[in-house]
Amino acid sequence: MSRAVYPVARALTCVHTMAAGVDSKPGRPDGHQKGPHVTTTPTMKRKTAGKTTRRSALKLATASAVLPLVHIRSGRAAGKLSIAFWDHWVPAGNAVMQKQVDAWAAKNQVEVQADFITSVGQKNLLTIAAEAQAKTGHDVQAFPTWEVHNNADSLEPMDDVMKRLTDKYGQVNHVCDYLAKINGHWMAVPTSSGTQYKGPCGRISILKETAGLDVVGMYPAKEGHVAASDKWTWDAHLAAAEACLKAGTPFAIGLGQTSDSVDTAGVLFRAYGAELVDKDGNNTVKSDKVRAVLEYGQKLVKALPADAVSFDDASNNRALISGQSALIWNPPSAWAVAKRDAPKVADDAWSFSGPSGPEGRFLPYLPYFWGVWSFSKNKTAAKELIEALLQRDTIEARCNEVVGYDVPPFDSMLDFKVWQEVGPPAGTVYNYPIRPFHHAVAHIAALPAPPEIAVQIYNRGTMPTMLAKLKSGQTIDQVIAWASDELEGFAR
Amino acid sequence: MRKFAQRRSTTGFLLCLPLILLVAGFVIYPAFYAIYLSMLNKKMTAFVGLSNFQFLLKRHTFQMVIFQSCLYAITAVILKVLIGFTLANLMNNIPGKKQRIWRGLLLVPWVIPLALSTLTWWWMFDPSYSAFNWVLNQFGFANVPWLGVGWIARFCTITVNVWGGTPFFMIMYLAALKSVPEQLYEASSIDGANAIQRLFFVTLPMMRNIISITILFSLIVTFAEFDIVRILTAGGPQDMTHVFATYAFQVGIQSGDIPLGAADSLFMFPILAFAAFFVLRGVTKRTKEIAT
Repeated sequence: MSRAVYPVARALTCVHTMAAGVDSKPGRPDGHQKGPHVTTTPTMKRKTAGKTTRRSALKLATASAVLPLVHIRSGRAAGKLSIAFWDHWVPAGNAVMQKQVDAWAAKNQVEVQADFITSVGQKNLLTIAAEAQAKTGHDVQAFPTWEVHNNADSLEPMDDVMKRLTDKYGQVNHVCDYLAKINGHWMAVPTSSGTQYKGPCGRISILKETAGLDVVGMYPAKEGHVAASDKWTWDAHLAAAEACLKAGTPFAIGLGQTSDSVDTAGVLFRAYGAELVDKDGNNTVKSDKVRAVLEYGQKLVKALPADAVSFDDASNNRALISGQSALIWNPPSAWAVAKRDAPKVADDAWSFSGPSGPEGRFLPYLPYFWGVWSFSKNKTAAKELIEALLQRDTIEARCNEVVGYDVPPFDSMLDFKVWQEVGPPAGTVYNYPIRPFHHAVAHIAALPAPPEIAVQIYNRGTMPTMLAKLKSGQTIDQVIAWASDELEGFAR
Repeated sequence: MRKFAQRRSTTGFLLCLPLILLVAGFVIYPAFYAIYLSMLNKKMTAFVGLSNFQFLLKRHTFQMVIFQSCLYAITAVILKVLIGFTLANLMNNIPGKKQRIWRGLLLVPWVIPLALSTLTWWWMFDPSYSAFNWVLNQFGFANVPWLGVGWIARFCTITVNVWGGTPFFMIMYLAALKSVPEQLYEASSIDGANAIQRLFFVTLPMMRNIISITILFSLIVTFAEFDIVRILTAGGPQDMTHVFATYAFQVGIQSGDIPLGAADSLFMFPILAFAAFFVLRGVTKRTKEIAT
């Protein structure tokens, strides 16, 4: 008998025995119970063997009425559940997730089908779109950044799960709020799996020798603020980029339309307070702050590689791993691949916080969410599984396996040892997540624009395209005019 | 009832039924569903008629997409026709066994899955590891940002399409060349026609139908192209290589505006349907003329 059928059958047996007036006793003293211990009396035999009495009919009716309740309760401990996880870059990430799911399934007697869907070629987005249209598919989906908003109408509110988790582990950051809390309701739960920061990852020796930047000194692998890190500004970033370009190892910052390019441009704009669209949906591109960031951008783009405009999300990784670049903005995946393919590069790589601008220090943050479709047939079990997978011990176990790539949604979990231990060099990713002493703020490009506009600014790569236009020789006025026209189209 | 069941037309219909169901399920239904989607608002809660199409036409980026799609499809098809026709003629003059070898070799680009071969091209254009740039560097030339400058990127996407699609034209034209009756060439030679006259007054008129059909077929497929642009440039730099399908993906799937994406992808449908009607009518007319 399958695990899914077993609890229901057990409940039915119970109901049947109740209806038949059968008394089920505890197991045998030796612990080998083969079935319910039935005691019958001659009177009972006579009654049940003959016509149906009013009493037995009532019992049967009561038992039948209880049956659906038993079935509902089995949502906690029965039924089928299918869940689509993001296919992790680190293969061990899928294995540990599967292990945790299996353990939960066995404990709760739920048949769980876990699928790992890649984001390569945006297959995950296609799957989400298809399931939303067909109103069928997985019970639980992993939603990257904007997908919660895109599919909010088809999602089950998760306020109850979020309340229990935040009561236990504290609040999540404002980017999660912005992306998943819709009309005051959590429509999905921020998860650690796939959630990442995208701060700078630089070559220790090149930055020190070429640009005079001691990144390990500014951001050591230990708690505490270092005064030198205050000098890590966007102007310092520009000076270092220019020096590294001259030395033949430019900063590999993309000006394409894919996520890495958008995220870096997003924090640059935010550091200058340059909003393209404000929180009320007004087009604010013709502002002094946007002009100021573009003036800075005019200088920065000259320090970037000639083909930066054609960068995709792998170009910067390859540039670092091949030893051609001094700095990229990326999670530790580039370092992890370098550790395997170019150990000398990995030994010399260090992740640290982003530079600060006139409005502060911001770091790209891309959270993933787990949400339950409103058409799911097993919402209770789905929510319970999500909650179980977001407990501190489960998150830490996964985080360890993926060498710290995943960032927990709760700041209270930033004390995991993994970021301190991972290397070489030891502590290379210690400053990968935002630490309180970094004085940095998580940010997603286009925030605070209303998400339905922001998603278009993000996915159409408006900000890096503005910088790309500067690189191609357009003036600031031309770039602003182009952006203004684009933004009007997004606000339909 | 028995008579009805015994009719040849009933048997024919029943035999065709699986195919009809497949076409209905996988072609007709999705097509009508896409049309329905293109007429909804962004939230897909209200019918908005043709306003998605109106909206798109006003956007500068979409106007650029129309230009690029036409440039991409028309340039690629013209090049495929010219190169395919030339190769077919050259191939036709190669004797027996050697022709088979060459034919097999030249078909390779068409046989390899396009996504796979495009990845190889992308690797050759890649900023860090470009094989082309390596060769250029060996001869003392500077790196070329193959996919980083709009017009060069457009050239690259068209080149890959021509590389992958030419063998199809070549094989179709080779088959057509082989079906041209030898007597026509003999008669034209007797009349004193030279090679160019034979090409224009015998070969091309006899191949008119197959040329029309291949051009039509290729135009439809090239206008709907997705893989090459998506893999090579994803529409960049600065939207300068987007075609209808890649823009539809970006707008519809990535930005969560499925109705606008559907409207974008259906944009060429009426024009291509119109062209298909006239081209196929011409083909039918010429076929009848040949038959009589």
